[in-house]
Amino acid sequence: MRSSVTIVGASLAGLRAAETLRRDGFDGTISLIGDEPHVPYDRPPLSKQFLSGDWEADRLALSPPERITGLDLDLRLGQRATGLDVCSHTIEVEGTAEGYDGLLIATGARCRTIRGTEGIDGVYTLRNLDDGLAIRAALRDSPRRVVVVGAGFIGAEVAATAVGYGVPVTMVEALPAPLGRVLGDTVGSVVAELHVDHGVDLRCGVGVEEICGTDSVESVRLSDGAVVETDLVVVGIGVVPNTEWLEDSGLTIDNGVLCDETCLAAPDVTAAGDVARWPNPRYGELMRVEHWDNAVEQGAHAARRLMQSSEEARPFSPVPWFWSDQYDRKVQLAGRARPDDEVRLVDGSFQERRFAVIYGRGGRLTAVFGMNRPRQVMQFKGLLESGASWNEALDFAEVQT
Amino acid sequence: MRIVVDYDLCESNAICMQIAPDVFEVRDDDFLYVLNDAPDEDRRAAMDEAAQRCPKQAIKVED
Repeated sequence: MRSSVTIVGASLAGLRAAETLRRDGFDGTISLIGDEPHVPYDRPPLSKQFLSGDWEADRLALSPPERITGLDLDLRLGQRATGLDVCSHTIEVEGTAEGYDGLLIATGARCRTIRGTEGIDGVYTLRNLDDGLAIRAALRDSPRRVVVVGAGFIGAEVAATAVGYGVPVTMVEALPAPLGRVLGDTVGSVVAELHVDHGVDLRCGVGVEEICGTDSVESVRLSDGAVVETDLVVVGIGVVPNTEWLEDSGLTIDNGVLCDETCLAAPDVTAAGDVARWPNPRYGELMRVEHWDNAVEQGAHAARRLMQSSEEARPFSPVPWFWSDQYDRKVQLAGRARPDDEVRLVDGSFQERRFAVIYGRGGRLTAVFGMNRPRQVMQFKGLLESGASWNEALDFAEVQT
Repeated sequence: MRIVVDYDLCESNAICMQIAPDVFEVRDDDFLYVLNDAPDEDRRAAMDEAAQRCPKQAIKVED
């Protein structure tokens, strides 16, 4: 039996890991170490309810204060882990070495930035509470225009929220359609129309050449030669895992902390959430999943893995799932679609923007996407988990409609 | 055990329905219906999972 567990990263995966350990009856010391000064908070509302001003920071708490107190944690906020040596079972926190018994790495990821924009005011990424506060203040300051770079989920949500402020929005996407890489162009174009109908100036198939301005941002120059004047830019072009502190740790770092299929990265070390990359046996490939639900599930799985022998350990084999809220639409995707998968509308219609589509490849069901169709998405997610064939999925759709 | 849903928070993501379809149902009107607000004790692990994986943290499991 372990005497203690050290969790590095005090966000969703780390906190859910600590909660899982306590729920399973672990009564040893749990140290939860996070580099942000804030108590663990939820990130999805940052681009929605928090950014719009409907919620204040106190609504973001991942767990009520009394529940966090009840976990009896050695909670160390505002402290950054700076090094790890798995051979000697030592981590370094703010430069001070300390031993660990079991270690769970959940240091997440940070936003990719556009090179050369570091010193320019008015250019933001959105990941942390402090980012949310800064962008919200900028939106309240009546900018003449906001340029959103990247029409992924963060970009699309920021665009939708900015529209709510009455601020003109230009959204720039390098692909032919928003989310085209995961949804394909047909469904991506429905998402595109949703934004255009709300007044967003959507520019797809163009990249950003330069963000111009000496002290403050003044304009964005696009790859098609267009120049968009602006005083606020939000960049949402993906994230990179926070692994720098693990450089000489003895772990394998390759676009995340490389784990085995049970989330074990080294003896007595597991990883979870955005930072973890592991072979998902369901797909037979290495995955690093940045979704909220994955942080919850993998945090719990990696925590339990620390308490198990290799004989007891089970592989972590989820069907990835996420949601996004844009305007009054809820979009959800479960599974792994590729742009060239077969697509079939199984419920509703694109016109009313209330539909479910399924994706298939090689005779298998690969994914389900829904816009304001949560029931159907979850039903097909169940089929994905049972490994349903394409024909089984089509039969199921037939029975439902 | 009693299941309490905060409908002001609930956004019908329906993950609870997938975890415990005997207790939670999101119907075609996109609203969540609790089919059994006092599940048997042997459903506690599923109820805890539903509460934890609700993106809006809208589900409470009370004793």
